[in-house]
Amino acid sequence: MSGPTEVTDKPAPAAAPARGGVLARVTGAGWRRPAVAVLLVLACYAPFQLVPFRVFQLTMVLVYAVALLGLNLLVGHAGQISLGHGAFMAVGAYGAAIMLDRWDVPHLVTLPVAAGLAFVLGLGLGLPAVRLRGLYLALVTLAIAIFLVPLLKRFESVTGGSMGLTLPKPAPPAWTGLAEDQWLYFLALAVTVAAFLLAHGLLRSRVGRALHAVRDNETAAEVMGVRLPFYKRLAFAWSAMFAGAAGCVYTWVIGFVSPDSFAVTLSITLLAGLVVGGLGSFAGPLLGGLFVMFVPSISQDINDAAPGVIFGLLIIVVMYVAPTGLAGLAGRLARSTKRILRKE
Amino acid sequence: MRLSAIGCTAMTAAMLLAAAACGGRQEAQTGSTTAAGQCQGQQTTGITDTSIKLGGIYPLSGPASAYGDIPKGIKAYFDYVNAEKNGIGGRKVEFVVRDDGYQPPKAVEEARRLVEQEQVFALFQTLGTPSTTATWDYANQRKVPQIFVATGASKWGTDTAHPWTIGWQPNYVSEARVYAQYLKQERPDAKVAVLYQNDDFGKDLFGGFQRAIDGSRIKVVAEQSYEVTDPSIDPQMRNLAESEADVFLNITTPKFGSQALAADAKNTGWNPLHIVNNVAASITVLKPVGFKNVQGIVSATYYKDPNDPQWKSDPEMMLYYAKMKQYAPGADPTIPYHTFGWAVASSFHKAMESVKCPTREGLRDAVRALDNVQVGMLLPGVTMTTGADDGFPIESMQLMRFKGERWELFGEVIDTRKEFGPLTN
Amino acid sequence: MAGFLQQIIEGLGAGAIYASLALALVLIYQFTGIVNFAQGEMAMFSTYIAWQFVAGGMPFWLALVLTLAVSFAGGMLIERVLIRPVEGAHELTVVIVSVGLFIFVNAAAGWIWTFLIKDFPNPFPGGAIEAGGLTVGFSTLGILAVVGVVMGLLYLLFQHTKIGLGMRAVATNPESARLVGIRVGWTLALGWGLAATVGAVSGILVAPLLFLEPNMMGGVLIYAFAAATLGGFDSPAGAVAGGLIVGVAETLAGAYVGFIGSDLKIGVPLVIILGVLLVRPQGLFGRAAVERV
Repeated sequence: MSGPTEVTDKPAPAAAPARGGVLARVTGAGWRRPAVAVLLVLACYAPFQLVPFRVFQLTMVLVYAVALLGLNLLVGHAGQISLGHGAFMAVGAYGAAIMLDRWDVPHLVTLPVAAGLAFVLGLGLGLPAVRLRGLYLALVTLAIAIFLVPLLKRFESVTGGSMGLTLPKPAPPAWTGLAEDQWLYFLALAVTVAAFLLAHGLLRSRVGRALHAVRDNETAAEVMGVRLPFYKRLAFAWSAMFAGAAGCVYTWVIGFVSPDSFAVTLSITLLAGLVVGGLGSFAGPLLGGLFVMFVPSISQDINDAAPGVIFGLLIIVVMYVAPTGLAGLAGRLARSTKRILRKE
Repeated sequence: MRLSAIGCTAMTAAMLLAAAACGGRQEAQTGSTTAAGQCQGQQTTGITDTSIKLGGIYPLSGPASAYGDIPKGIKAYFDYVNAEKNGIGGRKVEFVVRDDGYQPPKAVEEARRLVEQEQVFALFQTLGTPSTTATWDYANQRKVPQIFVATGASKWGTDTAHPWTIGWQPNYVSEARVYAQYLKQERPDAKVAVLYQNDDFGKDLFGGFQRAIDGSRIKVVAEQSYEVTDPSIDPQMRNLAESEADVFLNITTPKFGSQALAADAKNTGWNPLHIVNNVAASITVLKPVGFKNVQGIVSATYYKDPNDPQWKSDPEMMLYYAKMKQYAPGADPTIPYHTFGWAVASSFHKAMESVKCPTREGLRDAVRALDNVQVGMLLPGVTMTTGADDGFPIESMQLMRFKGERWELFGEVIDTRKEFGPLTN
Repeated sequence: MAGFLQQIIEGLGAGAIYASLALALVLIYQFTGIVNFAQGEMAMFSTYIAWQFVAGGMPFWLALVLTLAVSFAGGMLIERVLIRPVEGAHELTVVIVSVGLFIFVNAAAGWIWTFLIKDFPNPFPGGAIEAGGLTVGFSTLGILAVVGVVMGLLYLLFQHTKIGLGMRAVATNPESARLVGIRVGWTLALGWGLAATVGAVSGILVAPLLFLEPNMMGGVLIYAFAAATLGGFDSPAGAVAGGLIVGVAETLAGAYVGFIGSDLKIGVPLVIILGVLLVRPQGLFGRAAVERV
C-alpha cells in the first residue's frame, strides 16, 4: 500500500463545492500528508485489534466509501445529480456474482470486469445525461434504479431471480495467516486506496479541471472550449465505475446478492450519505460511509420502537448543523480551532 | 500551522479507531466458553445456570416494518416466563432485538453483532428469506444455532449443509400442497388464476402449487405478479379476471391481500373460488375489505387467530391476552404478529426444555429431534415434529372458510408430510 | 375494442391518482426549485389525521375540511421550522432534508398508528356507469373530477389573484420580488402549505382504493415523479396530463404486451419519459429555461 507517498502537497483541486466554498481556502499541505499516513497506519492496524464484527463494519464502511467516491465525482465535482447509483452498485455486484456463480472465476478477476461493466453501462446511460440537467437527470437515474429490480428478477436463469445468488467468499491465502474477516477487510482497503488514488489523479488531470468548469458555470465552460457532452458523459461513466467496483467488493464481503438489496432506498441512502458526508471533498465519502453504516444502529439504540424516527431526525439535524456536510463541519472546526490557537 | 478538513477528519477517525482498538481481539475469543462433564467440549456461550441470551433480527424500520411486531409478542412471552415461571428451567431469558431494515448486508452486520459482541447463545429468529440466506453461512461457520427463522422458504428444511439453521412455520411449498389437495377434491377440473408477489415468498408458494397440481386436471390459466413497490394491483386483477378462471389463488402480503380481496369483491362479473394464502389471511386483512365482501373465501392456518371468537375461552388465548396486557401494555394483542411471536417463543420454550445438554450443540440437536411437541397457541392437532431427515417443525395445516365474522375450520388437520411425502428439492 | 377502451378508462383512473400527487410536487418545485421527497409521506400523514377524525366519530366531510386546514398549517410549519434554516444552502442540502423528513414521517406514522392496514371511507358511491359495454366506476369519475377541480383552482389562484401573482414573482426571481415588497418568506411558506393541502387531497382520494398504511404513498410517489417529469416540473396542467399518460401507458403495456407483463410494466412510463426528455428536456408542457449568463 503505497498510499501516503503518492499524495502530493499540491492543493487538492477537489476541495471546494461550488457554493460551499468552505474548503476552498483550506488547502493546507502540512497536515494532510501525516494525517493520511496516520489514518492508513491505523486502518492497517485496526483489524488486528478489533473483534471480527467491528472489522466487518469497517469493511462495509469502505464499500460505501468507494461507492460514495464515485457519486462524489458526479455530484460534487461535475454538479450532476444521480439518484440511481444503487443500480450501478447492483451492476457491479451482480456482474461479480454471476462470474463467480457460472464460471467460478477467481475473485480478483471479477473486480476489473465488474468495474468495466459498470463503466460501459455508465457510458451508455450517460447519453441522456449529456442532454439533461439537474432535476431531470436525477429522476431519470431514479427511474433506472427502480427498473433494475424487476429486471433482475425477470432474468432468473442468470441472476437467480428473486431468490438471489449465494456465493463463496474469497478465502485468505495461507501465507497471510489472516482470518476471513481480516482478509476481506484488507481487500476492501486496497480497493478503497486504489479508488481514492485514481479519483485524486483524475481530478488533477485536465479532465478534473473540465469537470469543475462544467459544475461552476456550464455556459462559460462551453464558451472556453470545454467539450461539454464528452466530459459529462465521462464523469457519469467513471462515477458508475466506482459504484460498480464497490458493488463487486460488496459481493465478496456479503457472499449473497438479491434484487431487493439494491432497491431505490439504497440509491437515496447513498445520495443522503454523500451530502451528509460533504460534497466535493475527499473526506466526504469516508464520513458518509461512516454515517450510512453506523447511524442506523445508533438510531435503534436511542429509540427501539421506531428507529426511523431518529434516523430521519439525525439526517435533518446534521444538515442544520453542517449544511455543507460533515467534512465542511470538520473544516469549519479546524478553522475556529486555528483562530483560538492564534489568539493565545 | 494549518489544519485541513481531511486532517481533522483523520484525527477524529484515528482517535475513534484507537479507542476501539483498545477492545482487543483476544478478549472476544475468551468470551466463548465450553461445558464440562458429559457435554464436554460443547459451547456454552450465552448460557449459564440462571440465564440464557437470545438474539433476533427483524425489520423495525423501512418498508417491511409491519413485521417488527413479532418480537414484541416474543418479549412479552419471555417477560412473563421470567417473572412468573422462573424462566426456562431456571434460566431467565434475555432477548436482544436488532433492526436490519430488511436489508441482507445489515442482517449480516447485526448477526455478527449479536454473536460476537452480545455473545448470544443462539440466533432466535431472523426474519425474511433474503436476510436469513445472507446470515446462515455465518451462523453455521460459527456453529451458532439459528433457530425457528421467520420465513417459510423450503430450503431451511431441505438443505443439508446448514445443520445449525432451522425454520418453524409451515413452509410455503407445504401450504401450496394443502390448497392443491383441496382443489383436487373439490374442483378436480379447476382453472386457476394466480396473483403472486414477485419475490422469494411468492415464487416459492406458486412454484410449490404448480408442482403439486402436476399430473392432475387442474390448470393454471393465468398468472400475474406484482412488486412490493407497486401502488396497486388493480391492473393485475383485471387481467386475471379476463381469464375467467373459476379459482383465484391469492399469494400476497397483507396490504396487497386486502387490495386483491377488494378488487375481487368489486368485480361482480367474475366470482371465482377465492383462496388466500396464510400470510394475508388474518382478520386484520379481511376487516378493512368488509366482512360481507369476503364470505366463503378459503385459506389454511396453523396457529390461533387472536381475533377469532372461537378461541375466546381457550386457556392459552386467555393467558396470551392477560400477559400481553401485563407485559406489553402498549401493544395491541389482536395483531396476529404478536400472536405469532408468542407462539414461536413458547415453541422455543418447549424445545429448550427438551435439550439434553444445555449447550449450543444440545439446542441444535434438540430442535432436530422434536417429537409431536404440543404448543398451546398452535391449532389443536398441529404439533412440532422433526427428525434427522425432517427439518420442518410444523408441517400440518387446517383449511378454513370465512363465514360471518370469523374463520371456520373445516376438514381434518392435514399433515402434509404424511399426505404428500417428505419435501425434497 | 371495448376491452381496449376499458383498459384506457382504468388507466385514466390510475393516472388520476398519480396526477393528484404530481400536482403537489409541481407546486413545491415551482416555488422553491426543489423536489420534495417527503410529499407522499406528508400526504399519507394527512390521511391518517383524517382517518383519526373519522374514527373519532366525525362526519366525513367535516373531517375532510379539518384535515385540509391542519395540512395547510402543517405544511407551512414544516417550511418555517425545517426548510427555512437551510434555505441558503446548496439545493441538495434541502433535498436531503426532505429525505430525512420522508424517513421520519414514515416511521412516525407507523409508530403512532401501527403498520396494520386501515379501512378508509370512500367519499364516492361504489357503483359504476355502464354504457356500450364499458364500465366507469363512480370513484374513478370522482377522482378525475376532483383532480380537475384542484388543477382549475390552482390555475385561478396563480393567474387571477394577487397572492398568486406574488407567488409567481417569488418563483421567477426571489430577489426582485423582495425588492418590490413581497414577503418572500411567507410566500414560500404559503407554497408549502398549499402543496401539503393538495397532497392531503391526494392521500384521501387514494386511501379508499389502496388501503391506508404508512407505506401507502411510496409507490404512488414514484409514479408521480414520472408524471411530473413527463409533464414538465413547472406546469400543473402538465403534471395532470403526465399522470394520465403514465397511467394509461403502463396499464396498456401490462395488459397487451406479452413480454413486458405486469412485472416490467413500470419500465414503460420510464421509457416514455426518457424518450420525451431526449427530445424535450423541459418536459411536454414545461418552459425551456432561458438563462442569462
